Amino acid sequence: MKTDKRALSVYIHIPFCIRKCLYCDFLSAPATDEMRTRYLKCLSSEIERESHKYCAYKVRTVFVGGGTPSLLSGNEMKQLLECVKLNYDVAEDAEITAEVNPGTVNLRKLEGYYEAGINRLSIGLQSADNKELQCLGRIHSYEEFLQTYENAVKTGFNNINIDLMSAIPGQTVESYQKTLKAVLSLNPSPTHISAYSLILEEGTPFGDNPPELPDEETDREMYKITDEMLKDSGYHRYEISNYAKEGYECIHNKVYWKRGDYVGFGIGAASLVDNVRFHNIADIEEYMGQLEKYKEISLPELHLKEDIQSLSVEEQMEEYMFLGLRLTEGISEKDFFETFQKSIHEVYPGLIAKLKKQGLIICEPEDENGNRIKLSDFGLDVSNVVMAEFLLTE
Amino acid sequence: MAQMDQSKIRNFCIVAHIDHGKSTLADRIIEHTGLLTSREMQAQVLDNMDLERERGITIKAQTVRTVYKAKDGEEYIFNLIDTPGHVDFNYEVSRSLAACDGAILVVDAAQGIEAQTLANVYLALDHDLEVFPVINKIDLPSAEPDRVKNEIEDVIGIEAQDAPLISAKNGIGIEEVLESIVEKIPAPGGSADNPLQALIFDSLYDSYKGVIIFCRIVEGKVSKGTSIRMMATGATADVVEVGYFGAGQFIPCEELSAGMVGYITASIKNVKDTAVGDTVTDNKRPCAEPLPGYKKVNSMVYCGVYPADGAKYPDLRDALEKLQLNDASLHYEPETSIALGFGFRCGFLGLLHLEIIQERLEREYNLDLVTTAPGVIYKVHKTNGDVIELTNPSNLPDPAEIEYMEEPVVSAEIMVTTEFIGSIMELCQERRGKYLGMEYMEASRALLKYELPLNEIIYDFFDALKSRSRGYASFDYELKGYEQSELVKLDILINKEEVDALSFIVHKESAYERGRRMCEKLKDEIPRHLFEIPIQAAVGGKVIARETVKAMRKDVLAKCYGGDITRKKKLLEKQKEGKKRMRQVGNVEIPQKAFMSVLKLDEN
Repeated sequence: MKTDKRALSVYIHIPFCIRKCLYCDFLSAPATDEMRTRYLKCLSSEIERESHKYCAYKVRTVFVGGGTPSLLSGNEMKQLLECVKLNYDVAEDAEITAEVNPGTVNLRKLEGYYEAGINRLSIGLQSADNKELQCLGRIHSYEEFLQTYENAVKTGFNNINIDLMSAIPGQTVESYQKTLKAVLSLNPSPTHISAYSLILEEGTPFGDNPPELPDEETDREMYKITDEMLKDSGYHRYEISNYAKEGYECIHNKVYWKRGDYVGFGIGAASLVDNVRFHNIADIEEYMGQLEKYKEISLPELHLKEDIQSLSVEEQMEEYMFLGLRLTEGISEKDFFETFQKSIHEVYPGLIAKLKKQGLIICEPEDENGNRIKLSDFGLDVSNVVMAEFLLTE
Repeated sequence: MAQMDQSKIRNFCIVAHIDHGKSTLADRIIEHTGLLTSREMQAQVLDNMDLERERGITIKAQTVRTVYKAKDGEEYIFNLIDTPGHVDFNYEVSRSLAACDGAILVVDAAQGIEAQTLANVYLALDHDLEVFPVINKIDLPSAEPDRVKNEIEDVIGIEAQDAPLISAKNGIGIEEVLESIVEKIPAPGGSADNPLQALIFDSLYDSYKGVIIFCRIVEGKVSKGTSIRMMATGATADVVEVGYFGAGQFIPCEELSAGMVGYITASIKNVKDTAVGDTVTDNKRPCAEPLPGYKKVNSMVYCGVYPADGAKYPDLRDALEKLQLNDASLHYEPETSIALGFGFRCGFLGLLHLEIIQERLEREYNLDLVTTAPGVIYKVHKTNGDVIELTNPSNLPDPAEIEYMEEPVVSAEIMVTTEFIGSIMELCQERRGKYLGMEYMEASRALLKYELPLNEIIYDFFDALKSRSRGYASFDYELKGYEQSELVKLDILINKEEVDALSFIVHKESAYERGRRMCEKLKDEIPRHLFEIPIQAAVGGKVIARETVKAMRKDVLAKCYGGDITRKKKLLEKQKEGKKRMRQVGNVEIPQKAFMSVLKLDEN
């Protein structure tokens, strides 16, 4: 085994849902069995025909996201991952995550996923309050989540993330606290918790017809107790919205923030390879049409990608900053210099000092070659303000 | 053109309330006298600025000469002088009227007489014009021509029973109007043998010809080569060309003589030399006296005009220079604001004039502007006897040096249906109006007379008037003079720093209310910062109102999914872009919108 291979992460998009949640603006649609079968075939075909570009890479993580990937049967999941493993050099110890929606999986399916090689589950709970779940347009109840979680543990999954949401319409500090407590009292407790607050996106039912949200003070209070309660229970915050137990940080996620190489398959999936960003087309018919037409031949190159953007050095630097600062470990002056052959202070004259003075960032000595720069607690709260400062391009 | 029978000339204008159909009638007259074929006819020929056509108002006086073959078989020359239709341009209206011998009064058959109808008709009668009425829009279902006829007779006291009933829009009754012009409007007097005496009623700057003077020859004659002198400004020049007004074009002719309306060019570089109302005479054979009625037009309303992008300051200066070539009533001088940087203090005839200039700067010169609250000219009497004319609140001397202050007041006439009298009187009361009296026009309408401080009506008075009368009230005013008043400077402090561009002068009694509303409005306009921002209104260093913009607690974009960071970056870019459009005062960033929003502290 060659050890000098570059690391690659793979994202696979499953765009199907039983029903779209009211806040969700990701690509998804309800689908028939037939449609799903067609799509999975095309997906395999895409994964296969793209593989020659990634011979020099070793796949360190795979993430099957959606939509609702857990609409896939155990068998379908197995075939999908097999396709990846056949065509790519997937590391033995790769982190392989599937997103799972309570209410879409039973014990058998989970066992199928486990056998397929999934070793990390991300369960979208959002809230332990059924009224709140209903308000969001989720398809499951808290009780169904409990069942799913129990089954996952029984199956043997020992690395489980739970997605939680705050600032849900009608949510109170008390009900949110109850959700947190419920999650923390699970046995065994989850290894990872993602805690987001609800954001109204344009083009969603919530965005078009905004519900009344908890006020800013409540939102803020929820935010604070998330931090306190999770820290008390042995989780550490390693990213703005992500908490993990020691050794269970999501490797795949960190690749995004550290600007590692990743390739996305399926409609709308985003990629960053060698400082080129692109994403797949969003139209499912167009996507499948092209892949089906040229099923048997690996040429010509299909028109599946759009917005192909080769990042300038400035763009790389600004990304490095505003993505890197999402991680609580921050960024390293030394690493910045090694990456760009330029000092961070030369690129952003006076900015670090200014933000430090405003109490938004802190600088901690890393070694004799420089500091680590990270967001302060306050900076974490208002991270957009800080990150906007690091934009270089007009 | 050498032989011109003075008795066959008719110089006239059309007076009307806004929207009663003045410009449409003008179009019909031009069309019917065959000056333009209908193919050349564009709706409302005389309003030739885009802005005028859009707003349906006339800003600059326009003039057109046309020939009408009357039923008596004779050809008559009609000089139609279209006057500006807004109270801001009252003086210009009066000079245009002075150039006429008669006026057509257009009254809407449904609405009847309105405040501006009255103001304009009185103005016309003051100039001894022969006025005859026409009733327009008779094809409207709500038309009541008989009621309106009686109203004209009762209220104005001019004969109206045989007034032509017309629809200018649909071309009904136009022939009758043309005959009435011939019959009822007197031919001009004066003699070509007398020394030259010509009234300037407008002027225009043309980059090839220089200033083009629009004038009425009252006495004498003028032709190419005549050495002329403007009697008030003293400017002299040799005439290069004379002529009359075709539709949208200047048609040169040999000479202009008594009774005629036309133009003169003389390589004059600045419209300031050819003030409206001034008398042109022959430098070698001057007339004994200038024509009566000249006055220097003063700006009534001032405000600061700043480029949104500081780097555009030279562009703004150039644009103002160009506009001023054509608009002698626009004044400007450079000023500096701590908050807004370099800009100009500009003087205008009124709020409409201000809006027009602002719109033209933005539209024709592509400038993004920030304007400060409009104010009037206050007279500050200092303890040492000096009197300052204050146009910029920031220049107010220390209160200890002020003996007293005066503010301009206007006499206003408001025409309103009786059901709204109560609410309009209330409004005038709130605006410190002094009730002068009320006249009933007829059973259902009344004319309210008030004396009002000008600074109370330049903001949103007209809007308030409309909203409190469901759009029915009409309004006219003229400057009356100055009166002593208890005025104070209201300062706005943002994060303890005074923002000069937001200061304004206000009556002591209104200071608290205005200050409170300013603070409320600013609170909504200023985005949250990383720290708490107090917004205070203060008079003489004493805080009278306060609001607080709470500190930003949270600004996180949490979800970032599947590695799609482009949307996230766009959001950050938007945030950064928004910042660029802010003005920095101390360590607070104030959106430009905030400076503008406080201009309209609307009702409720």
